[in-house]
Amino acid sequence: MLQIPCPHCGPRDEVEFSCGGEAHIARPKESDALSDAEWADYLFMRANPKGVLAERWCHTLGCRRWFNVERDTVSHEILRVYPMGEPRGGGSGA
Amino acid sequence: MSDPSLHQSPLATLHLGGRESEAAPDALVQLAERRAVGKLNLRADPANTALMQALETVLGYALPLAPNRTNGAGERGALWLGPDEWLVTVLSGQENALLEALSQAAAGHHAALSNVSDARIVLSLSGPRAREVLEKGCSLDLHPRAFQTGHCAQTRLARAAILLHQTDDAPAYDIHVAWSFAVYLWVWLEDAAAEYGLAVGDGE
Repeated sequence: MLQIPCPHCGPRDEVEFSCGGEAHIARPKESDALSDAEWADYLFMRANPKGVLAERWCHTLGCRRWFNVERDTVSHEILRVYPMGEPRGGGSGA
Repeated sequence: MSDPSLHQSPLATLHLGGRESEAAPDALVQLAERRAVGKLNLRADPANTALMQALETVLGYALPLAPNRTNGAGERGALWLGPDEWLVTVLSGQENALLEALSQAAAGHHAALSNVSDARIVLSLSGPRAREVLEKGCSLDLHPRAFQTGHCAQTRLARAAILLHQTDDAPAYDIHVAWSFAVYLWVWLEDAAAEYGLAVGDGE
């Protein structure tokens, strides 16, 4: 089980959290103008890297606040926790 | 709000009243329901100092701004739930009066208040071995170096979502748990506390 450092509550067990998938995927502004392929790319296609991934997490059973996490998908090491809305810093890919 | 005289605890099915007289002279854990706690959920921006001041004037104490901290205890206090969210406790029956007073104080500001008294019940767990009982089902570090009187935490106890609040060094804890999980958690706590000797209270 992961221990995830909630920015408000400190380190807590993974079971208290929900994962919201990959972070920093913006909804296209003019979705009407998109082709089906572009829309499918927004909806379904994810980076799925072997390495550092930026994810959204919510401390569902604690303070119920969302935040971003940079996690290494190989070692499960959590490299950085930062607020929603803040751009991804460091790392690579995605 | 419904007639308070019609209120029945979800623990009524356990007939705890008949067990108060059980001899438990060596009990190291006491467990009871704390019935007289009214609860209001308050959302407000802590950066809005005018609003914070107005709310403090009505409450008589400041809202705790540090995460997982409380001000006051039992039937009069505030527990931190989130960066802009608190649970305000008040003596049962006075919820609506306090809700009205706080709403007036917050008028013109961005804030939200709701009476959530019947969403959860409060169990009072105390005694020299109370911490050991909680540690059987809660992954938080409850050692005094990490969790002390005046601290609170939303977490899990025996897989049930709870709001835990340490109210005394003795130690004593208030456990807020959803109405529908109350019987389950009570029975779990009784089982977990059995080896230390448990004194059951009918609540106050």
